[in-house]
Amino acid sequence: MSTAETTAPLSGAMNHGHHDRPSGIGRWLFSTNHKDIGTMYLVFSLIMFFVGGAMAMAIRAELFQPGMQFLDPQFFNSMTTVHALVMIFGAVMPAGVGLANWMIPLMIGAPDMALPRMNNMSFWILPFAFALMLSTFFMPGGAPAAGWTMYPPLVLQQGAALPFLIFSVHFLGVSSIMGAINIIATVINMRAPGMTFMRMPLFVWTWFITAFLLIASMPVLAGAVTMLLTDKYFGTSFFSAAGGGDPVLFQHVFWFFGHPEVYVLVLPAFGILSQVIPAFSRKPLFGYVSMVYATAAIAFLSFFVWAHHMFTVGMPLAGELFFMYATMSIAVPTGVKIFNWLATMWRGSLSFETPMLFAIGVVVMFSIGGFSGLMMGITPVDFQYHDTYFIVAHFHYVLVPGVVFGLISAVYFWMPKWTGNMYDETLGKWHFWTSTISVNLLFFPMHFVGLAGMPRRIPDYNIQFTEWNVLSSIGGFAFGLSQLIFLWVVIKCVRGGSRATDQVWEGAVGLEWTLPSPPPFHTHTTPPQVTAAMART
Amino acid sequence: MRFSSLLLLLFWSLPVSADWALNLPRGVTPISKEVYDLHMLILYIVTVIGVAVFGVLFYSMFRFRKSRGAVAASFHHNTTIEIIWTIIPILILIAMAVPATRTLIHMEQTQDAEMTVKITGYQWYWEYKYLNEDFSFLSKLAEESQKARQLGANEPLGENYLLEVDRPLVLPTHTKIRLLTTAADVLHAWWVPALGWKRDAIPGFINDNWTYIEEPGTYRGQCAELCGRDHAFMPIVIEAVPREQYDAWVTEQMAAFDEEEEAKAALCAEPQCTMEELMLAGEPLYQTHCALCHQANGEGLGPFPSLIGSPIVIGPVSEHITMVLEGKNAMPAFAPRQDITDAELAAIITYERNAWGNDLGDVVQPDVVVEQR
Repeated sequence: MSTAETTAPLSGAMNHGHHDRPSGIGRWLFSTNHKDIGTMYLVFSLIMFFVGGAMAMAIRAELFQPGMQFLDPQFFNSMTTVHALVMIFGAVMPAGVGLANWMIPLMIGAPDMALPRMNNMSFWILPFAFALMLSTFFMPGGAPAAGWTMYPPLVLQQGAALPFLIFSVHFLGVSSIMGAINIIATVINMRAPGMTFMRMPLFVWTWFITAFLLIASMPVLAGAVTMLLTDKYFGTSFFSAAGGGDPVLFQHVFWFFGHPEVYVLVLPAFGILSQVIPAFSRKPLFGYVSMVYATAAIAFLSFFVWAHHMFTVGMPLAGELFFMYATMSIAVPTGVKIFNWLATMWRGSLSFETPMLFAIGVVVMFSIGGFSGLMMGITPVDFQYHDTYFIVAHFHYVLVPGVVFGLISAVYFWMPKWTGNMYDETLGKWHFWTSTISVNLLFFPMHFVGLAGMPRRIPDYNIQFTEWNVLSSIGGFAFGLSQLIFLWVVIKCVRGGSRATDQVWEGAVGLEWTLPSPPPFHTHTTPPQVTAAMART
Repeated sequence: MRFSSLLLLLFWSLPVSADWALNLPRGVTPISKEVYDLHMLILYIVTVIGVAVFGVLFYSMFRFRKSRGAVAASFHHNTTIEIIWTIIPILILIAMAVPATRTLIHMEQTQDAEMTVKITGYQWYWEYKYLNEDFSFLSKLAEESQKARQLGANEPLGENYLLEVDRPLVLPTHTKIRLLTTAADVLHAWWVPALGWKRDAIPGFINDNWTYIEEPGTYRGQCAELCGRDHAFMPIVIEAVPREQYDAWVTEQMAAFDEEEEAKAALCAEPQCTMEELMLAGEPLYQTHCALCHQANGEGLGPFPSLIGSPIVIGPVSEHITMVLEGKNAMPAFAPRQDITDAELAAIITYERNAWGNDLGDVVQPDVVVEQR
């Protein structure tokens, strides 16, 4: 396990001096530096997290009591629709890409991303895409209100917002595809000598696989929304039965994108856990090879399960059976990953700094979401669950205390590396505990009201659902407030704090921890030589 | 709201409707009971798995703490255990798939039904058409709920708030009933939890389902697929009654339905309608078909424009008719609608052009609408 002699040449000592770091606004506008672009992605993501969160607060305020108190039902529908679009495309995906930008070159020993100018462009598309999307709040007919899934014919009733929504989705797709191409090109071409594929850190592996998912699925979404556009404005009838089309066709095309998209959000978080848990267990990751294959299997299977999002449209029995069996089979590789993390912790030497707390939170709460997911995969029972709050509970469990907690864990894990300062551990622990308690108060009762018969996407409900909704709303407001602690921790850490060492964490292993904290503007300008002993921790 | 009053609100609301409803209802059909048992079986299985997995996790967190002096081992794989924890989940999944497949096949047996009801979803109400007896009616959110659900309304919310309709779907018990679902405008989904399933209602397509209700009673449900602004306000109520009672009800309905149809056909006494006749017929029709969006007083709401002095309503008659027939954006097209006659559309348009101070004096005759179609 000795790494001393092999790490000597990798310091950033080679690059200081000439044209080191551009300054002023141009540094950010024209940046081709993976660290700056990564930072911009992360900051953008954090802003969108609060924008989408504000919409969630509006939703929970209206649902706090039965009866209509604050919002018109149409505006409520806009809130649920845009909340989802902002959180998925604005908060979670850019956060993942931001981490990939920052960490992949550091982890594989590359000086930068393979295609730095395209990297700049794929980031700078995002603010424009969201300006288009959010501007629809000021348009006649209001912001999109047909759900983030944009099902026709309802979405075609949308007023002026529809083309803006569609073009914004196009832009987001272009941005994601460019980001994905960049990651694939970087991982294939830019690995340091000795950094073979099976020596790559799991975070790099999960992102490499995620990038293929993006390239395969985003064009499908673009095609689906383009057909909406021509149905609305150019007289086609792809989704209108009156013209020979089929509204259900949209759902098939959309979910052929939508299910791989779920794993676009989840896989990077799995990668993060596979970095964080070994570091704080002070023990190598258990089952590295099976982790890689499980990730690939999940990604592959994700293309064959899309119709479980639409079991109630009325499919032939054979179709329902196929999609049920395919969906259930995803539980196997997912289980392998959970067991591997447990085995990593088994007989380790565990400590519970904030990144580890969030990672363990993911293991528990993602599993809860996985269990309800398995239940929903059983077609005949899903006929009851479908489109109820049980579904809302499920996907929020996998996405918030699953994926978002994973991303937060990554920020705590690598922030000392990025800034050179340790974050405030006390505040970090406060952030973890308040978030964990409130997120369960927020989402767990949704299982109950959903089973008891409360449909999703409704602004008002029968009084029998009151009690759990009150608890949910209180949990929601508390979760919202808890994230202000996170904001404060990040700002405080950027501004100062005790100096971080290069290694930062006692159990941390990998090329990024051999660099100074913070790393110089250009790193790995001379490729490090990677050996088996270094890589396999 | 201050925190103390928030807490007060929380605890005050408990005894009013202390439901704390937790689980799926067991329902009243053979299918709903199978579904419930399957749901409980899988819930128990995942609970056991969860307890085992989290047990190992929490044991490790306690036992292998660095602060307790734990020293890390260095193993990083074990092929035997990896094969075991791949095979065991596969076996558990197969054990789940067997009963699930059986139930699913049972659910798809729609043949041999004794009667058929066709259910059509509209924005935002349901139409029930009894195909064997050939009569139909609309079923809408009940009046009290309709009032209480308005923004800022301070009406008391009754026990069946949002789950009460003006005319329930009456069905016989102990009868295999085929239920067809479709829609007229956008997607809806017809869901009564006590029956054990929901099914999408899709414009241009018909889905078939069946049920067999074993106990008389009132069963409530809601639209489950987002269908626009008033998605939350189109409930479903089933009144399940014994066969004899059902037959008596059907006889009554068929007579009433014929009367209604005659009244519809004879909207006007003469071939040319008078203003009075059209206004009289137009008001209730407007309230039924238009007021959900444009409101009873014509003032509109949020994204739905006011009709008072609107350029379409006070503009040329032909453009007004075109708007009603063809629709635009959120405004649905009424031309394809089977449940509204051209005479009724003429009455609605006449009403809109002469109500709420839109005193244009236009009398829109039914044949003008027929011509423009």
